[in-house]
Amino acid sequence: MDNLNNYLLVSAVLFSIGTIGVLTRKNAIVVFMCIEMMLNAVNLSFVALSRHLGNLDGQVFVFFIMTVAAAEAAVGLALFISFFNNRESIDIDDANLMKW
Amino acid sequence: MFDNVWLIPLFPLIGFLINGLLGKKIKNETVIGSIGAFAVLCSFIVSVMTFLKLIGLPAEERVVNVKIFTWMTAGTFNADIAFLIDPLSCLMLLVVTGIGFLIHVYSIGYMHGEEGFYRFFAYLNLFVFSMLLLVMGNNLLLMFVGWEGVGLCSYLLIGYYFHKKSAGDAGKKAFVMNRVGDFGFLLGTFTLFWFMGQTHNVWTIQFTEMAANAHLLPTGGIVTVITLCFFLGATGKSAQIPLYTWLPDAMEGPTPVSALIHAATMVTAGVYMIGRMSYLFIRSPETMMVVAVVGGCTALFAATIGTAQNDIKRVLAYSTVSQLGYMFLAMGVGAFTAGVFHLMTHAFFKACLFLGSGAVIHSMHGALHHIHSHDDAQDMRNMGGLKKHMPLTFMTFLIATIAIAGIPGFAGFFSKDEILWYAFANPLHGDLNKLLWGLGACAALLTAFYMFRLVFMTFFGKCRIKEGAEKHLHESPMVIVIPLIVLALLSIVGGYIGMPKLIGDVLGGMPNYLEHYLEPVFANANEYMKAHAHAEHHSHALEWGLMGISVVIALIGISIAAVLYLVNPELPKKFTSAFPALHRAVYNKWYIDELYDFMIVNPCKSLGNFLWKGFDVLVVDGLVNGVAHVVMAFGGVTRYLQTGQIYNYAWTMAFGVVVIVGYYLFK
Amino acid sequence: MDITSVFFAIVTIVAIVSALLVVTCKNPINSALSLVLTFFCLATYYAMLDAPFMAAIQIIVYAGAIMVLIVFTIMLLNIRVDANKKHTHQIVLGSVIGIVTLLLAGLFIIKGNVAAPTGPITPEMIAQYGHTELIGTVMFTEFLLPFEVTSILLLAAMVGAVVLAKKKLS
Repeated sequence: MDNLNNYLLVSAVLFSIGTIGVLTRKNAIVVFMCIEMMLNAVNLSFVALSRHLGNLDGQVFVFFIMTVAAAEAAVGLALFISFFNNRESIDIDDANLMKW
Repeated sequence: MFDNVWLIPLFPLIGFLINGLLGKKIKNETVIGSIGAFAVLCSFIVSVMTFLKLIGLPAEERVVNVKIFTWMTAGTFNADIAFLIDPLSCLMLLVVTGIGFLIHVYSIGYMHGEEGFYRFFAYLNLFVFSMLLLVMGNNLLLMFVGWEGVGLCSYLLIGYYFHKKSAGDAGKKAFVMNRVGDFGFLLGTFTLFWFMGQTHNVWTIQFTEMAANAHLLPTGGIVTVITLCFFLGATGKSAQIPLYTWLPDAMEGPTPVSALIHAATMVTAGVYMIGRMSYLFIRSPETMMVVAVVGGCTALFAATIGTAQNDIKRVLAYSTVSQLGYMFLAMGVGAFTAGVFHLMTHAFFKACLFLGSGAVIHSMHGALHHIHSHDDAQDMRNMGGLKKHMPLTFMTFLIATIAIAGIPGFAGFFSKDEILWYAFANPLHGDLNKLLWGLGACAALLTAFYMFRLVFMTFFGKCRIKEGAEKHLHESPMVIVIPLIVLALLSIVGGYIGMPKLIGDVLGGMPNYLEHYLEPVFANANEYMKAHAHAEHHSHALEWGLMGISVVIALIGISIAAVLYLVNPELPKKFTSAFPALHRAVYNKWYIDELYDFMIVNPCKSLGNFLWKGFDVLVVDGLVNGVAHVVMAFGGVTRYLQTGQIYNYAWTMAFGVVVIVGYYLFK
Repeated sequence: MDITSVFFAIVTIVAIVSALLVVTCKNPINSALSLVLTFFCLATYYAMLDAPFMAAIQIIVYAGAIMVLIVFTIMLLNIRVDANKKHTHQIVLGSVIGIVTLLLAGLFIIKGNVAAPTGPITPEMIAQYGHTELIGTVMFTEFLLPFEVTSILLLAAMVGAVVLAKKKLS
């Protein structure tokens, strides 16, 4: 595949944008969304390489990543709700009970 | 034949265990005291039986090693728990157990009402046990066990009144000085064992084997080193210069302790040890001279201090040091029998003197207690005229004092005179003999003086005790007086078994029983002396003359004391005010304790202080604490990795990813 | 400059712009909607890469389930717009790390050599058998065990979600 590098670069860009988002945003749900974006960038990488190598293993792995992302979303959002019930705020800097 | 000699130390050991472990529960004083005294009495009976068995044997066979069991064997080294029964050890057994029994009986009355009554008897029995081990042991190691044991008991008993700081200090002083001496003893043992083994392949520390191989030893050289080491041990245990300062302080202990340990038995251990190894000492002329000179000097030195003391027990303590000096003087001039003879007679009259002073103190204490006074019951300046209140005590005390002064007819005269004669007439020291005799004679003068000073100040004259206490002075109970009477009798008759040949011939051919009895023990040494030293022949006239001079000296001493303390009691004060510096020096024991403090004790304390504050606190603690500080500092830095903030964790994770990717990228 | 490359360029631009919007929008709803757009672009990519099944699943699961969940949560929690901003140094450091990651990844991609195509699946085969059937064959033969385990994972997620979000009975 001749434009494999393009796909991989796009994937890299999306991943780094996701990283910046995780480290820059304060709202927990937005952070979670950026994490989802990072996962998707990786999914793109897998699919592109699987297409290049002519093997379906990459795509099966993407399948599982999506499943795990879904489960993680469910539990994670439940956690956020629970956190919000305790503290009336969804700011991740408020999760600081371990701070010395 | 001698199968039951192991009973002799066993009885006091059982007494110690019973009184020590169960004594607190047995509240009855009579029971505790009886157990203690009875144990020693049983030992005495078995000792007498052993003695009788021994003299039943012909003279050549009177050396028996009785092995109880093998203690340790390591290659060529062998040490057993075994007892040596020979004339010398039998004599010591009789003295130790006999006088020990009398003092136990005395203590039942003297220590009445004391808290810790059982403790006293337990320790006293332990002491008798250790002393018996010392005296009966057939090898240097077992003797050392007893040696250490008596030192321990001495410490325990000196510090009996442990609530008083001075008593605890005195106990420690005694123990530490003894340890210095013990160091010498051990060095001597090791050197002897090694030398005999290396050069002659005779690996032994057993006395009979050593005696049999004594002819292999050279004269002087290594033998001088060995014997000087042993003599150091003897100076520690028997309170000679330089290790004597513990004995006067040891008077902090109860009077029976002073009588038994510091007069009759423990302090004689050094003399006994030299007697036991006479064949070793005789082969080193240098050591013999050292022993004689140290003995003579100590005799004179301690006598000078004794003249100015006011505490009745201090005077007796310095008297003990002085008489021990005589014994060492005897050993040093080769008169081993005379030394042992004086050991025996000294045990009798010194024990009597101490017990008598104890009775006086007991009475004084009771009288002063009645009028609620805190005057010192032991200060002779508070006494006087006691002979009408305590006649029996006075009689026994006077008899013992006459004995120690060396008046003919009493025990002390024979033994002291024999020592002085041998000091003058021995073949070992040439011209030094006259000096040694001179030291002994001056010490005899001073002995007579201060002992009668003591008697006159205590029993004669006006009663100087505080107002109203005089009517409370009374004679002590029988249990105290009877041992005094027995010891006084022994002070009179004890001397007749060692009558010198000179007087014995005059009295119709009475032999010197003691000399014949102890002959096999010192045979080796005597033979050596005859072979190697040129014995001058001294005329009988010289001997009578010296005997007469020593009697005159004693009488002069007594008369000076009578003049100063009986006839004209104001004279001593004029004398001391005429020579204030001299009196102060003598009264303060020639400042020897202060000298030791300055030379030895304070440097040691400074070293200890330095090692504590400088080394232990700074270096060791610093190191350990420093490690803790380093860890803490490290932790203080690394704790910033865990801030508890989500941002930091996320950033660190991203950073980690970057590092890993970078690594694989640039590999 | 054929139509495929132009199309690819357009989709790329949309994806990247919407990704940036996700990161920068103040209102979380706007971020959520931008993310949905990003997912659609990714689905387009999958379709371009001869993986229509993946594209379908992407839309169903991600855009359809997960994003709906997120939007529900945002609305449930009634979140106001971000009041306080993050500290400047945190933003700067975060951006630096992100950019460094991008540079390194880019370097990796350019300098790396990918292995030659060795697998059996070719676009012709995909066109012939259908992507779904091929994925199904692989999934239920080689990857059967992970498939079954995943079901347990989903069960655990369900239970967890129910337990966590429950209000205390007292």
